[in-house]
Amino acid sequence: MMRKVLLGALMLGTSMTAAQARTTITWWHAMGGELGQKLDQIVADYNKSQDKYTVVATYKGSYPETMTAAIAAFRAHKQPDIVQVFEVGTGTMMAAKGAVYPVYKLMKDAGEPFDPKGFLSAVVGYYTDTQGNMLSMPFNSSTPILYYNKDIFKKAGLDPNQPPKTWRELEADSKKIIASGAAKCGFTSGWISWVQAENFSAWHNQPIGTMENGFGGLGARLVFGKDKALVQHWTNLAKWQKDGVFQYGGPVGGNDAPPKFYSGECAIYMNSSASRAGVLINTKGKFEVGYGMLPYYADVKGAPQNTIIGGATLWVLAGHDKAEYKGVANFLNYLASAPVQADWSQFSGYLPITQAAYELGQKQGYYAKNPGSDVGIKEITLNTPTANSKGLRFGNYVQVRDIIDQEFQKLLAGKQDAQQALDNIDSRGNKLIAEFEAANK
Amino acid sequence: MKRTLFRQRALAYLLIAPQLAVTAIFFLWPTGQAIVQSFQQEDAFGLHTSWVGLANYRALFSDPTYIQALGVTVVFTVAVTLSALVVALLLALAVDRLVRSATVYTTLLVWPYAVAPAVVGVLWWFLFNPTIGPLPYVLEQMGYQWDHSLHGTDAMILVVIAAAWPQVSYNFLFFVAGLQSIPASMREAAAIDGAGPAKRFFTITLPLLSPTTFFLAVVNLVYAMFNTFPVIHATTQGGPAGATDILVFKVYQDGFVALNLGSSAAQSVVLLVIVIALTAIQFGWMERRVQY
Repeated sequence: MMRKVLLGALMLGTSMTAAQARTTITWWHAMGGELGQKLDQIVADYNKSQDKYTVVATYKGSYPETMTAAIAAFRAHKQPDIVQVFEVGTGTMMAAKGAVYPVYKLMKDAGEPFDPKGFLSAVVGYYTDTQGNMLSMPFNSSTPILYYNKDIFKKAGLDPNQPPKTWRELEADSKKIIASGAAKCGFTSGWISWVQAENFSAWHNQPIGTMENGFGGLGARLVFGKDKALVQHWTNLAKWQKDGVFQYGGPVGGNDAPPKFYSGECAIYMNSSASRAGVLINTKGKFEVGYGMLPYYADVKGAPQNTIIGGATLWVLAGHDKAEYKGVANFLNYLASAPVQADWSQFSGYLPITQAAYELGQKQGYYAKNPGSDVGIKEITLNTPTANSKGLRFGNYVQVRDIIDQEFQKLLAGKQDAQQALDNIDSRGNKLIAEFEAANK
Repeated sequence: MKRTLFRQRALAYLLIAPQLAVTAIFFLWPTGQAIVQSFQQEDAFGLHTSWVGLANYRALFSDPTYIQALGVTVVFTVAVTLSALVVALLLALAVDRLVRSATVYTTLLVWPYAVAPAVVGVLWWFLFNPTIGPLPYVLEQMGYQWDHSLHGTDAMILVVIAAAWPQVSYNFLFFVAGLQSIPASMREAAAIDGAGPAKRFFTITLPLLSPTTFFLAVVNLVYAMFNTFPVIHATTQGGPAGATDILVFKVYQDGFVALNLGSSAAQSVVLLVIVIALTAIQFGWMERRVQY
């Protein structure tokens, strides 16, 4: 009797291992709502497409929450294979040698075909080390663009097919709109730090930090205050806020900005190209939306250069076994494949991260059928990125972004001028960056 | 004071063992770790750790944002405690005069206490939202431009109201009970001697309520300092420009969002010292002035 039970248990055991022959790969991400559902669908498709690996995707909350969850898990030796980290976490992840498994190395070790040149250079440049190695896998990248309300433009007597190209035009248009009573405010903006500081400087080909905006090493420091164009722009923003030309949408992502645009309070709105889906849903039946590139100051030499990206990439964490990593490499390649990327970017408004995905979208006629959907790609590929427009890479940058918001709020509240605000960002931010350098030596 | 003597010491230890274990695991261990970490500088992943002595503390006290957070916490805590106590006492006095409808009012006034703190935050955030909220609209009609995303004072008022609101219910219940325990004969006697309502309140009711008031003051101070995290998190996130950045929120922001563990640990230790000091002051000094 005993023997029979043992035999049964043994058989059960072997049948279970047979069922578990698929290796499980864990992926923590920060895609909620519709994006999360789309992501789950992509994962399900991958799991169906082959029989070796099962990818389990878990939603972990916001970007900072996902990143901190993965880091806490790493400290407890329970880390996932893949974690989605937003662009400002890049500095922290890159410095964590020993915790991350660089993607270029993973692909080589796993013997997966991998061509870093197939990616859009403005995207992949952000995540490449000084030797030209790609450290993480781009997944969802976006760039800020300009949205405007065509109905308001018409009502104010402006050409609804002519978005403002320069800040001067934007100011003139806004004043006309307000004076005509077509809207209460000219423009609003999400992500002040990302759109009106970092991207502004890249777009005008000005540095925000030393050593190629931090790409050159941990010794880099911020120099926002030395960017004369940025000082002028922030001075204008403070002035425009008093005139009603500009309305502030709040810190971080600027939660109050989208409703100002959707309700028709503000005629123009600057935010991520990935906000396009939300803009379309929320303005459907209310007014017609137009799209344009970010404005620039015509008197700044080199403008417009190219915009930089935001969004997130996938980092592979160290500490798992080889078989799992083979699956990770295979899955990452699947995610970057043209059909998957084209589908994902067309659904979400994120940029297609590879040349092939972009071309596939063109062949499908997607960009022709959907006006405005390729503004972002045109912006990031407008010119070959320079040392000032590759992106930025600083440690503790999540906190630096908070400082940018705080000093901007003090500027708008009239407690300091633009030069002081930007100088304070430099001095306070550099203290944090120096701490990061000391902790990661 | 009654003392129970246990013959078997083993039984005594066994009986307090669960509580000791809970204290050790959830209090002593993390506290010890925070103290150790406050003398270290570490990267987020825990790959390199170095001892830095008092550098974290020195950086903290030379950091203007931390000094600002200290000030903000004092203002916020005092404002929440005072407003929650005063409003609750006024409501309790009003209800105390009612004969028949007192229970109905009591029940209704206790409701806000059951609302989850994060929901409280979102609720007030909606009411005061400069774009979609009704209150800024009303204020604008009265000539005031409300914008808590830019003006520190507006933001502070918002979080104080949001934090004090549920606490009013709690205080109210205790005040009602406290008022009921004051013998009516004392107030009647004073009234016969010619004392007006204000005089009776300040010389009889308030002193006799002092044990309740003292207890509530302690509870409210601790609440405002340490349990208001969800309210801040759901409304202002410490902004604008750090105007509502209380110490507890800063510990979270620096430690869990920004992953600056050394500084965050040092801040927790400072908080610990503040709690110890507060408790000592409250029980050593304030209690002596309370009339039982």
